[in-house]
Amino acid sequence: MSHEFLHLLEIVIASSLINNFVFTRFLGLCIFFGVSKKTETAVGMSITFTAVMMVSAAASWIVFNFIMLPLHLEFLKIVVFIGVVAGLVQASDTIMKKIAPALFHKLGVYLALISTNCIILAVPIICVDEKYSFLEGIALGLGSGLGFALALILMASLRERLELANIPKPFRGLPIAFIITGMVALAFTGFSGLIAE
Amino acid sequence: MKNEIHNSELVLRGLIQENTIFRQAISLCPAIAVTSTVKNGFMMGIAVLFVQVMVNVTVSSVRRYIHPRIRLPIFMLISSGWVTVTDLCIHAYAPDIYAQLGLYIQLIVAFASILAAAESFASKNGIVASLFDGIGRGTGFTIALVAISAVRELLGKGTILDIPVLFGSKPLLIMVLPAGGFITAGFLMALFNYLDDKHSKKAAQCR
Repeated sequence: MSHEFLHLLEIVIASSLINNFVFTRFLGLCIFFGVSKKTETAVGMSITFTAVMMVSAAASWIVFNFIMLPLHLEFLKIVVFIGVVAGLVQASDTIMKKIAPALFHKLGVYLALISTNCIILAVPIICVDEKYSFLEGIALGLGSGLGFALALILMASLRERLELANIPKPFRGLPIAFIITGMVALAFTGFSGLIAE
Repeated sequence: MKNEIHNSELVLRGLIQENTIFRQAISLCPAIAVTSTVKNGFMMGIAVLFVQVMVNVTVSSVRRYIHPRIRLPIFMLISSGWVTVTDLCIHAYAPDIYAQLGLYIQLIVAFASILAAAESFASKNGIVASLFDGIGRGTGFTIALVAISAVRELLGKGTILDIPVLFGSKPLLIMVLPAGGFITAGFLMALFNYLDDKHSKKAAQCR
């Protein structure tokens, strides 16, 4: 039991720090650069992301293993996962509106945005490609979400300070954000030795 | 004749004014992820070009039959269909490239640029115009990817298309690492901004 738990923990750490989605797998960059201008939005976004990632990893695992595998429909996985994720996001949007309107007002905008995001779609696809079990899939979702949150909040606080800096004109805005991300990514390569192969 | 000028303008717009990577800054993920060698960058660009053109043409040919309220799910469905086609083709005919690009080719489906083109252009315009719009955007994307990957391969490995170009110098490992991708893209974007700025100033003076 404890061995299994350790294995899950390993997946969480590996997917959040070593294979950080933003810095080493380069996913979710549009959102990453889009919402990392203010720390407050970054926090809201990362909470929503982590939750949706875990739920969508679980849901698509069930769909894949209980519906698509028995019917030999593996080649449809892209189409189906997009549908599952979009439906799920839509559902949580509606449920949140009814149950927690205050929370909906804070996070509702992000929910609509993330249904077509590559980072959300990547979790189920990686899950299937690596043949993860149900719990491993959820661990991957959690770890990736946490990693994305870490990257987003780091970047947002850096960019808030950057507003005050005197940057050459062609570099203003996105270019300097890219270069800074490069620096942070370089720092993140330091994590690659964290788990022994 | 008039129509032709119109079409070439559409291509140019996708190439420069609305360049997906440098201008609109969307669909950035593959721009960094697969650009460690020119070959990968080029293949990815071609895959996106194909999907973009096919989605544009499909959306524009069925645009009259789609109810506006459900148009986004339909667009997603169309694009995921074409992405699956591309994915399976590359898997079958170029397995070695697929091994490196696989995940990112499947994720073309989540590209904002493809959906944006379908929504803002193809759903309102004719098939031929949409075709050229798709070609412009796709080519602009390919050029951006090739530019980034050329810089990275040259500095990171000292080669272009696996042909050694830089002799007697040590390659910079950082350029092939993820970090190098971000930094290269940042500098190229800045260069694009700078040239664009200069160009528009010159145009203003001419007038």
